[in-house]
Amino acid sequence: MRYLPKSDSDRLEMLNACGVSSPEELFAHLPEAVRLGRQFDLAPGISEYEIVQYFRDRAAENGNGYASFLGAGAYHHYRPVLVDEVVSRGEFLTSYTPYQAELSQGTLTSIFEFQTMICQLTGMDVANASMYDGATAMAEAAMMAARATDRGRVLVARTVHPEYRQVLLTYARNQAMPVEELGYDAKTGMLDLDDLESKIDDLTAAVIVQTPNFFGIADRVKEAARIAHARGALLVVVFTEAVSLGILEPPADADIVAGELQSFAISPSYGGPYAGIIAIRDKYIRQMPGRLVGQTVDSRGNRAFCLTLATREQHIRREKATSNICSNEALIALMATVFMTVYGKQGLRELAVQNLAKAQYLAGRVKPRFSGPFFNEFVVKVEDQPVDELNRSLLKNKIIGGLSLDRFYPELAGSVLLCATEMSTRADMDEVANAIVSAAAAKEVTA
Amino acid sequence: MNKVRPHPSQNERLLFEQSSSGKRAYQLPELDVPAVDAAEALGAANVRAEIEGFPEVSEVEALRHFTRLSTWNYAIDHGMYPLGSCTMKYNPRINELVARTEALAWAHPYQPEALSQGAMKVMAHLEAALAEITGMDAVTLQPAAGAHGELTGILLIRAFLEERGNPRKKILIPDSAHGTNPATAAIAGYAVENIPSSAMGVLDVGALVRIVDQDVAALMVTNPNTLGVFEENITQAAEILHRKGAMLYMDGANMNALMGIARPGDFGVDVMHLNLHKTFSTPHGGGGPGAGPVAVKKALEPFLPVPRLKRTGKKWAWDYNRKRSIGRVKAYYGNFGVLVRALAYILAHGGSGLRNATMDAVLNAVYIRKALEAYYDLPYTQPNMHEVVFSDERQAKLGVRTGDIGKRLIDYGFHPYTVSFPLIVHGALMIEPTETESKDEIDQFIEAMISIAKEVETDPQLVKTAPHATRIGRVDEVAAARKPVLRWKPA
Repeated sequence: MRYLPKSDSDRLEMLNACGVSSPEELFAHLPEAVRLGRQFDLAPGISEYEIVQYFRDRAAENGNGYASFLGAGAYHHYRPVLVDEVVSRGEFLTSYTPYQAELSQGTLTSIFEFQTMICQLTGMDVANASMYDGATAMAEAAMMAARATDRGRVLVARTVHPEYRQVLLTYARNQAMPVEELGYDAKTGMLDLDDLESKIDDLTAAVIVQTPNFFGIADRVKEAARIAHARGALLVVVFTEAVSLGILEPPADADIVAGELQSFAISPSYGGPYAGIIAIRDKYIRQMPGRLVGQTVDSRGNRAFCLTLATREQHIRREKATSNICSNEALIALMATVFMTVYGKQGLRELAVQNLAKAQYLAGRVKPRFSGPFFNEFVVKVEDQPVDELNRSLLKNKIIGGLSLDRFYPELAGSVLLCATEMSTRADMDEVANAIVSAAAAKEVTA
Repeated sequence: MNKVRPHPSQNERLLFEQSSSGKRAYQLPELDVPAVDAAEALGAANVRAEIEGFPEVSEVEALRHFTRLSTWNYAIDHGMYPLGSCTMKYNPRINELVARTEALAWAHPYQPEALSQGAMKVMAHLEAALAEITGMDAVTLQPAAGAHGELTGILLIRAFLEERGNPRKKILIPDSAHGTNPATAAIAGYAVENIPSSAMGVLDVGALVRIVDQDVAALMVTNPNTLGVFEENITQAAEILHRKGAMLYMDGANMNALMGIARPGDFGVDVMHLNLHKTFSTPHGGGGPGAGPVAVKKALEPFLPVPRLKRTGKKWAWDYNRKRSIGRVKAYYGNFGVLVRALAYILAHGGSGLRNATMDAVLNAVYIRKALEAYYDLPYTQPNMHEVVFSDERQAKLGVRTGDIGKRLIDYGFHPYTVSFPLIVHGALMIEPTETESKDEIDQFIEAMISIAKEVETDPQLVKTAPHATRIGRVDEVAAARKPVLRWKPA
């Protein structure tokens, strides 16, 4: 086997040193009853070339060469070439969690920069070194709010990503954290503030809103913060489209920001790995889940970085830890760090404005269902044809249409969530708009 | 030949300290649609001011920045990484290549199932392979990491017991367990009862008989345990639990000792997780991403997270209609890119290859034990498997602790072993070589450890102040925690 770096004579020498004559003897202490008395029922090992061929074959069974108007928490943005270059370096790719600071300054320094950039983007004081994804970050943020307020009730907007809400329910069920949903305004597609006013009470730990929300709309963070804070609840702001932070006002009124960085050059990769983040106000630092990197000095007086405040974490606190998280998404966070570095202060803004312009163009040709201001996604009610039929006709032109909303929002059946990014061409957008409009127009003519 | 000698490494400022207004590393294409005024489109109140302090560097500076930082890291690509419990093995590069196959890497999770058949087939293939490797009946690939898998597994047990009328109150955890185990039990809403290991460092069956009652939901056990010792009474433990209606959960962190030799499903385990970033060689990436698939016996299958892969005729589909499911633990379907790498690893080895890997992993650990037991105290003396745990008892008498010995290893060109874990060994040195180290590399490691043991006797101060050969000296972790500086701010 090519990954096993021993010759037969090496093995023999080592077995002799161990005082055994065969590798099987090393397992002689295992009770007979637990042994697998046969070979695995798995195919024999194959060569590199065959492995490449296997995955090429699988890729050929997937869609190839389609333009896509899907967003809904996973976005297609251009990946600058430096991103892959940096994370392909073995020193980053094949290093362990940086517990041994003297051998890990590269990873530690980059995480310190990552934490800083996330704070700059979100307007928060402290960001952690990453969570599994946006959905689990949101669930952890809710649990954090419950600990910080010593309350349990969670109010979550229905305009938060439906799968994030499902993950929240899974986590909350055994935490004495009743979860209730907040409606949205049928006209604007934004959080229904009256519903929030009527449901919030003195047992509410957290109000969770997403911006841009699942419908792509910049939601009412300031108003939600005012209402939440008036009752002593924390406001958790969620984002799934990180590029929006290049142009949208940061959620500085939040107490906790929980987000997903997939937009920062992370390939959609059929749903993962992505990288979640939690960013908070200073005063909640002892409740923060996940790893934190801090600045310090070494024995010679140099600036150095190390993992810190570990007394919150499972390997020290065990059942009293703020979370059970151990592995995070460090390498994905590094990709996001390189992405943020390449675009920088001007570039991220320009990129965000390009996304805005593309979405505005597409929206100008069809009619968005909601009136709230949107970033790069919006909802369209498809007249006179089922969404599935629209999407089938687009597939013939090598275009994957938007997400049909009936699965997550039965009341929005017949509507589609469309996403345009800097990768969407005018020609493809025209195709999509024509497919939506022409069916309606054709209907009009026959009528 | 000595393993290392020093060479200059570049100094580098933080990105923020080298930013200069107007520098750029990007260029966007010309817009093919009319430009918009952001304030008009979004409302002026929704438009932010510039991102204060955000980096502004050129392309070459960006590349050099991260390249320079990378040279400050140790990595498995540099050499042996003997961290016990972490299974730091070689990360084959073919896995990186295939994970970047365009139609897989750029597949959107919501693209039509008809355009996702290849990705779904990869997942189905991996599920089946992991079921065979573990001897379990069904596998979910949704959990993002080991601890996430633990949570999923304990929630499965909870749902199963709830359906029978009583979720019960507590989870039993041996004192030698990983910290994630008790932390997980707490999040799943269970009380934790720690059970002391026997004098031999294994499960105390007598104690188990006394403790297991109608309040116990499950025992979480790592096998081989964190001493690297196989829990020889595991089938008996399973029987004790099952007789009282409780379940056996296995932390699969140490599967690298068992593949092809023994299967958890055959020795009474009901639920377990695997760490694909350990046993199945997906790169650790400085802390993640990982993947923590969970394998279960048939009785627990109905409770697995939604959606489940389902085959209808020749097509794969996602089944969301599963009323008894615990729900969802992550957005979408799992860390697919990690799953691709793990499957590539399994394909490369094949069935007998995985077994050979296990045998070499155990051979390496036993070889290290034999070579070092004359120099370091071995508190538990039963046969070890893929890792070996010494204590610093002899060295501590001279004022040198396990942490110091680990730091001194750095000067010899190695990453330290796992320090001070498991907790049942005072001053633990936990060493796991994995199968992907050559005899040469291991011999050099042994030589370094022996040399340090001698230094402790002749010049303990040298060891206590290590490392000496690194670009920075020993880091003051206490100061970092006392006054946390967690982000850069302009001076």
